[in-house]
Amino acid sequence: MTLPDGVERRSFGEKEGLATRGEPVYGEPTDGAWRRWDPRRSKLGAMLENGMETGLSGGETVLYLGAAAGTTVGHVADFASPTYAVEFAARPARDLLSVAESRRNLFPLLKDARKPETYAHVVEPVDALIQDVATRGQAKVALANRRFLREDGRLLMAIKARSEDVTADPDAVFETVLGSLEDGYEILETGPLAPFHEDHLAVVARPR
Amino acid sequence: MTDRRSPSTGWFAGIDPGDPEAAAGAIRDGSGDAVREWPQVAVESGAFDSEADYYAALHDATVTATRAAVREAETADDRQLIHSVRAMDDCERVANELAERVAEWAGSRREDAGTGVDYAGTLAGEDDAAEPLVSLARRVCDLDDEAASLRAHVQRTAPEVAPNLSALAGPVLAARLVALAGGLKDLARKPSGTIQVLGAEEALFAHLRGHAPSPKHGVIFVHEAIQGTSPEHRGSAARALAGKLAIAARIDHYTGDRKPELDAELEERIERIRERETE
Ligand SMILES: C[S@@+](CC[C@H](N)C(=O)[O-])C[C@H]1O[C@@H](n2cnc3c(N)ncnc32)[C@H](O)[C@@H]1O
Repeated sequence: MTLPDGVERRSFGEKEGLATRGEPVYGEPTDGAWRRWDPRRSKLGAMLENGMETGLSGGETVLYLGAAAGTTVGHVADFASPTYAVEFAARPARDLLSVAESRRNLFPLLKDARKPETYAHVVEPVDALIQDVATRGQAKVALANRRFLREDGRLLMAIKARSEDVTADPDAVFETVLGSLEDGYEILETGPLAPFHEDHLAVVARPR
Repeated sequence: MTDRRSPSTGWFAGIDPGDPEAAAGAIRDGSGDAVREWPQVAVESGAFDSEADYYAALHDATVTATRAAVREAETADDRQLIHSVRAMDDCERVANELAERVAEWAGSRREDAGTGVDYAGTLAGEDDAAEPLVSLARRVCDLDDEAASLRAHVQRTAPEVAPNLSALAGPVLAARLVALAGGLKDLARKPSGTIQVLGAEEALFAHLRGHAPSPKHGVIFVHEAIQGTSPEHRGSAARALAGKLAIAARIDHYTGDRKPELDAELEERIERIRERETE
């Protein structure tokens, strides 16, 4: 597994971990220009930490769905090129703003990811579609946003079982979501996000 | 505004690139069907000299649009909260006033007349709805139900608008403080000494009109941190509480992040104040 350019493994005091270069945003440890990327606070960080083949090489164009306060998307903008961050809740978007202010290539959009037509006049075709929306209908969101993904692009997605159905067996939920995803994507790799996040399944896919 | 642009034009079409407000409006209200290489389109159409210029304008426009939307959403939320807590207080006050009227009226006709909203509840259960007294008692019960459902609504929404303030003060008191200050932003700007006496002005006017004792405390006086402290130390408790509430209001306004450590800090302060009593 190779890390994208701009992401490195570095030591912070006792601990070693992933890091990117940029303004610190959530009180994370820093080392010069580098700041620690905590996989416990980031699904994408956990995917990289777990050695999944994300296809990210650095410098790509990214559409990020479910940006929340910008914890992960801030790291993404540190190593990617134009990064569009969609979040529909106003409260976390306030923190996302401060992450975006120090990153000229990060474009916050207070929009509903289920309605891509409300940002199609802004978002250009992207190399990576990263999704962490933790809401019911996660496959539908990925399918609706497929239009932004280049033919050779990658979907990187964290599926949260409890968001679809709190009572169902997580494996059954993953099965269903993957099944729906296959309507528009070819699944390349899946893997758990443990030990950093429980009951999540990470997916790497490409549009078909 | 959506119709202003044809479906496959970018957010920048027909917009003065030097006007971030207009650009932000186009980001927020526009829409599109086709996904296109917007930076390239923007440069080719002559809207921008270079992709670097394009991205710089896009950054300003998206940040401006998001900031405006965040501010609007939050303002709308605290306005709604203020309306609901005021409506709740109105319903409770009117229910109590009418219940007094019901009790007085009933007292003129029945040996066993009681008082208060509960008595109105008993009366309302009687069959004779044509009887004006029973009918009025039913109105009291309806108002009391309405007050209860408004209270539940306040309890549900206050933590969304002001998570830390609600955790420290309880949702209803938090909503009252926001209402008395005129909004979360206004509360966040008040020094703790002002927060300590918020609500006392109203009581002061009532006092001057001659129907209330002289007020020493604001609405925070009902808080357990003060009520549970012996009278001689209540001043210190009120100061400590107001101080923490001021911090909570500021965090709620400026970030909205929940900081559970505030709860523990308040508890500790109050404990220390109460320990003095036993010395
Ligand atoms: C688990 S959090 C994301 C955390 C974030 N990706 C990070 O690692 O920093 C999920 C976010 O998705 C947002 N979300 C859920 N449904 C959405 C939708 N339809 N459109 C946009 N955002 C959505 C939620 O408001 C929430 O902030």
